[in-house]
Amino acid sequence: MNDPGAIALSAVLGVPVAAAAVLALPLGYRLGARLNTLAALLTFLAAVALIGARPAPGPYLQVDDFSLYLVVLTTFVGFTTAVFSASYIDHELDVGNLTPVYVRFYHAMYQVLIFAMALALTANNIGLMWVAIEVATLTTVLMVGIYRTHEAIEAAWKYFILGSVGIALALFGTILVYFAAQPTVGEGTDAMAWTTLVARAGDFDPAVLNLAFVFLLLGYGTKVGLAPLHAWLPDAHAEGPTPISAVLSGLLLNVALYAVLRFKMLLAANGEAFAPGPLMVTMGLSSLLFAAFMLYRRRDIKRFFAYSSIEHMGIIAFAFGMGGPLANFAGLLHMTMHSLTKSAIFFAVGHIAQVKGTQKIADIGGLTASHPLLGWGLVLGVVAIAGMPPLGIFMSEFLVVSSTFAREPLLALPLVAGLLVGVGALVLRVQALAFGAPRGGMAPTRASYAPLFAHLGLVAVAGLYLPAPLVAWFRHVAGLLG
Amino acid sequence: MHGLLFDLAHLLAGMMLVISFMLLYQRAMFGVLNTFALHAMVLAAAVACQALLQDAPHLYITAGIAFAFKGLFIPLALHRIVQRLEIHRSVETVIGVGPTMLAGVGLVALAVLVVLPVTARSAPLAAEDLAFALSVILLGLLMMITRRNAVTQVVGFMSLENGLILAAAGVKGMPLVVEISVAFSVLIAFIVFGVFLFRIRERFDTLDVHYLENFRGERR
Repeated sequence: MNDPGAIALSAVLGVPVAAAAVLALPLGYRLGARLNTLAALLTFLAAVALIGARPAPGPYLQVDDFSLYLVVLTTFVGFTTAVFSASYIDHELDVGNLTPVYVRFYHAMYQVLIFAMALALTANNIGLMWVAIEVATLTTVLMVGIYRTHEAIEAAWKYFILGSVGIALALFGTILVYFAAQPTVGEGTDAMAWTTLVARAGDFDPAVLNLAFVFLLLGYGTKVGLAPLHAWLPDAHAEGPTPISAVLSGLLLNVALYAVLRFKMLLAANGEAFAPGPLMVTMGLSSLLFAAFMLYRRRDIKRFFAYSSIEHMGIIAFAFGMGGPLANFAGLLHMTMHSLTKSAIFFAVGHIAQVKGTQKIADIGGLTASHPLLGWGLVLGVVAIAGMPPLGIFMSEFLVVSSTFAREPLLALPLVAGLLVGVGALVLRVQALAFGAPRGGMAPTRASYAPLFAHLGLVAVAGLYLPAPLVAWFRHVAGLLG
Repeated sequence: MHGLLFDLAHLLAGMMLVISFMLLYQRAMFGVLNTFALHAMVLAAAVACQALLQDAPHLYITAGIAFAFKGLFIPLALHRIVQRLEIHRSVETVIGVGPTMLAGVGLVALAVLVVLPVTARSAPLAAEDLAFALSVILLGLLMMITRRNAVTQVVGFMSLENGLILAAAGVKGMPLVVEISVAFSVLIAFIVFGVFLFRIRERFDTLDVHYLENFRGERR
């Protein structure tokens, strides 16, 4: 335990657990919100410390370039969302949507969620990773249902049923992977550790691995929100508290995708198993096209951006499905940029829905006139998510499209078509929301702008200039993904 | 190894499959709960049998959890909930019993056809256990689809989960089986008792999920 890396890793996992236990005590709202933010900040700092000093992989935990990049991103967005959540929840208490008991519960659950995501990312054991993703699902189900309205309960129930079926299928896939590994690696935890699995994947029975991957893709793919399995996602985003929508879109979808990609690495290391790329390309494209067209029919602002998340997870799955250093690089970049941008948009949307007292797009208008900072924040976020230059998403989408054109020109056509259809919907809606005569509530707001503009600033900087060490890091991870 | 215990393990896994079919055609609410209790107890016996066969004492804990928690505690608690909420009349199904059973037979055939060729090179008991387990999982999914009622959907999910535990216990020496069964139990306990049934009860005075489906997301 004297190894600084091990200390940092245990801080990343230990701080949220301790914070959850403390936050479950009756502390009063303000102290609770501050502690929540403080704990998220400490977790983020510990994650940053992990970059400098990495622990050696143990039987249950490991940190490599791929997981570390996601841990840092997750804890960062976890921290900024905690800052946003403090002012958001403040308003919900004033209005009476939430009672102090529920806020206590909410803060404790928020920390458990951060812990579960960090554990899923740093787990070296496929069983442990499964348990962590299950815990993350459970906490988000509870938080989606926290408003106890008719709609919130339906959304939470739908999410619970689809999420747990997905989780169950993923467990069957996990068991099959162990079943494939056990004859060569031997019994015990070694046969479930990523480090040994990837090293010895060449000797596994490819037929069992194929079957396992199908279950894993369907199972974790449900949590990613890929097209035929996405039904829970818009409801869960729309009916839960907005900080949870931000964390769901920005982080939990990434964590589920991380699980799929890890297993994809396993198949690639095996060599004889079928290439999972085409499956992921198909699911990614269908998510992209489906969500892009569905965007036009949304009347609810949070639901609208939830569909946009399905669209972007589709693009990311497509990029990783194409594989190769360039497409993988683009996928990694897009994961980061989408996380930052989408959570920023939800920060803005959360405050907007509070000021206007509604989530209906038709009842919101002229934001740039009535609430200039919020309105322009939203416009900037939408411009970024639509993939306009010079922001970060433009760069990653450009890389996806150009690498696809170079290798499979025919696949690039539906990809570009989907992207353009999506951009059309975004432009259409943001015009109605941000410009024209102001509609809806006009009251001034005590919003927290720092997280919103911090995210958008990062996205803008990334679009113009990516630091060389980061590029080298992404290249290395892209190489690992094969 | 190919002794009485080996046959017994097969028999118990097969019994779970038969009970999964029984769950599909139960019409009364209490019938569903009692059949599920039987399902969980047979699972406990099957896991205990695997514990003996593999000489893996930690599996006894999993068997104990299956017996006490899922075989006794959950069914009893659900009995009480059903009685208190007075929803113990018959259970609404989406499709009739005949087509459901036929679909179930088809799913079992599918499971066998998918698993057995793939696992041809592995140890005999493990391969067949996986085929049984996948059949139980698919039948659990079928039950979740064909039932409208929230309680029966939860029972469907729990029978699906029993299939997963059977699979995990059947693969030789799999670590973390105990942890996974605990995680599942927590999931079920949370969902069944902590939140959903009570919240749904508060709002609707019914546990029929059908009433939840009036809202299609775009009206407000």
